[in-house]
Amino acid sequence: MRGHSLTQRRQNAYLPQEAEIVRRVRESSTIFTLYLRFTDPIAQASYSYDPGQFNMLYLYGVGEVPISIVSDPEHEDLLVHTINRVGRVTRGIEQLRVGQRLGIRGPYGRGWPLREAEGQDVIVVSGGLGCAPVVSVINHMIRRRERFGHFTIVQKVKHVDEFIWPERYERWKMVPDTTVLVAATEGSANWRWQVSGRIQVLDEVRVRSDRTIAMLCGPGGFMRSAAEHLIGKGLPAEQIYLSTERNMQCAVGHCGHCQFGATFTCRDGPIYPYPKLRDLLSIEGF
Amino acid sequence: MNPVFLARGDLQQMLDALRREHRQVIGPQVRDGTIAFDVLERAAQLPQGIVDEQAPGGYRLQSSGGVRCFAWANGPQALKPLTFAPRETLWRAETGDRGELRFAETLPDVAPAAVIGVRGCDLAALQLQDQHFCYSGYADNYYNRRRRSLFIVAVDCAHPAATCFCASTGDGPSAASGFDLALAELDEGFLLRAKSDRGLALLEALPTVPAAEEQLARAARERETAAAAQTRALPGRNLKAALMARLASRRWDEVAERCLSCGNCTSVCPTCFCHSEGDSPTLDGSQVEHVRQWDSCFTPGHSYIHGWVIRGSTRLRYRQWLTHKLGTWHDQYGRSGCVGCGRCIAWCPVGIDLTVEARALLEGEADARP
Repeated sequence: MRGHSLTQRRQNAYLPQEAEIVRRVRESSTIFTLYLRFTDPIAQASYSYDPGQFNMLYLYGVGEVPISIVSDPEHEDLLVHTINRVGRVTRGIEQLRVGQRLGIRGPYGRGWPLREAEGQDVIVVSGGLGCAPVVSVINHMIRRRERFGHFTIVQKVKHVDEFIWPERYERWKMVPDTTVLVAATEGSANWRWQVSGRIQVLDEVRVRSDRTIAMLCGPGGFMRSAAEHLIGKGLPAEQIYLSTERNMQCAVGHCGHCQFGATFTCRDGPIYPYPKLRDLLSIEGF
Repeated sequence: MNPVFLARGDLQQMLDALRREHRQVIGPQVRDGTIAFDVLERAAQLPQGIVDEQAPGGYRLQSSGGVRCFAWANGPQALKPLTFAPRETLWRAETGDRGELRFAETLPDVAPAAVIGVRGCDLAALQLQDQHFCYSGYADNYYNRRRRSLFIVAVDCAHPAATCFCASTGDGPSAASGFDLALAELDEGFLLRAKSDRGLALLEALPTVPAAEEQLARAARERETAAAAQTRALPGRNLKAALMARLASRRWDEVAERCLSCGNCTSVCPTCFCHSEGDSPTLDGSQVEHVRQWDSCFTPGHSYIHGWVIRGSTRLRYRQWLTHKLGTWHDQYGRSGCVGCGRCIAWCPVGIDLTVEARALLEGEADARP
């Protein structure tokens, strides 16, 4: 993996490098996107990553937090992170303005299986609020639409106000040979998509079991239900990939916080083939 | 190479020889009612005539009046703090006039050291820590620098405590590998065997004589007695499948009623590797030290993830600890994470015994499969 080799080339994997905020976009009341550039031109030029990998972002005097990379390594010079303000570090990062500095180290972990997905139908399923890790995969595929078979994008939210990027989904609907399915458990007056419970929206997904790959993101229970539903439709379990989140502090498999069964999420994940997690996913405490 | 004999009175010469190599000598001493490893100037500082009595939730030193210096099993720590520092700064950060950030690594400047009196259990634990920090992906320079500074003098353990079970994990009571020089203690002195070239070089600097057959036979008998004296055992070398098949066992609730979730077991465990990272800013905010320190899976913070805690109860934390230590460790490092030292039993304030818990879990029914 490119990420691993980069980590190894650098002498001290714990040491962040300085990056400048070039642009900042507010996505919702709690979610914002930062466009970043390393201040050292050599670091900027040599940095490479795969969609689905993550960086450790460092806020001076506060600490580090793992955030997935949503930019496209082949189409964007800037490094893009969409961040949900949920804890001490992300609250502080939210206060930063254009021109201010952060520390970045990475990239870490395994990204999405995009090369394996070429030539296959792809189903991307996300559950809950602003699933940033799947945005990178969707953008990646749409830019290279001809390399993939039928593309299905599924987004499930509980409340309509968790659906923060309606214009993106409207745009994706226009892409050739692409199906977009959005559902909320509780609808509202202006809701133009489905209203349905749990993972009912997946009933409409077409699975050609010999040529389909699925990529999932969301809470453990949601991903488990979605994965089992797709398996029920004939999709082999090893064709399903999940994006997981755990406490990560060192990002190189040493600090122990991100262990998920025998695996270290920072190194063996955060994107896993479903069979690796099938026994433990959504079991309380893992 | 056959072991050679060093008279008790000549042990000081070993310390002197190590110091001539500019090594700081670290060895066991009586400290705060326990055996602690600290800087050793003279052989006379060793805990001569001291024995330990250990039990679930109990540790006492007593004077035996004997001549032996290593007639105890262990204290709360041995090698781990010397290689995996309990707290250390990984790097420093500063801000410039225009808000720019500068980072500087702070690798430890480690003086060469020699540790005397390391047991088989602690050598096995060191090998596991080496695997974790140096041989699985990224090699940690901080650990590595400390680790490479060590010259290790092991000792065959002839006095296992009641809490010991290294014979059942295969890690003791004798020192098998991972040392430069090993001692077997007899009343009149020490049988020495070298494992490395530098161990051999040290041995050649000492006034040794060939060991007598009778001495070798006596040392062998002590080794056998030490293994046979152990009353505790784990119910098997690989408990992964058995434990993972019992995640819903009621035994987890029972142990959680007793467990204080204090983390003592993880801080005395010689293989536990978890650590947290955090910023420690100066008062005026002009500089920050980014520090890592030992952490424990028994804290709520260990599994904190944006606003919630994955293991919010003691039941889930104890289950995580035991299924990792005796179970998933096999997938990570090819063996169990337990070396049978028994520290987690002795230093648990309520005397929870992992050998008893493991056995009780295995005696219970496996979970019904969904």
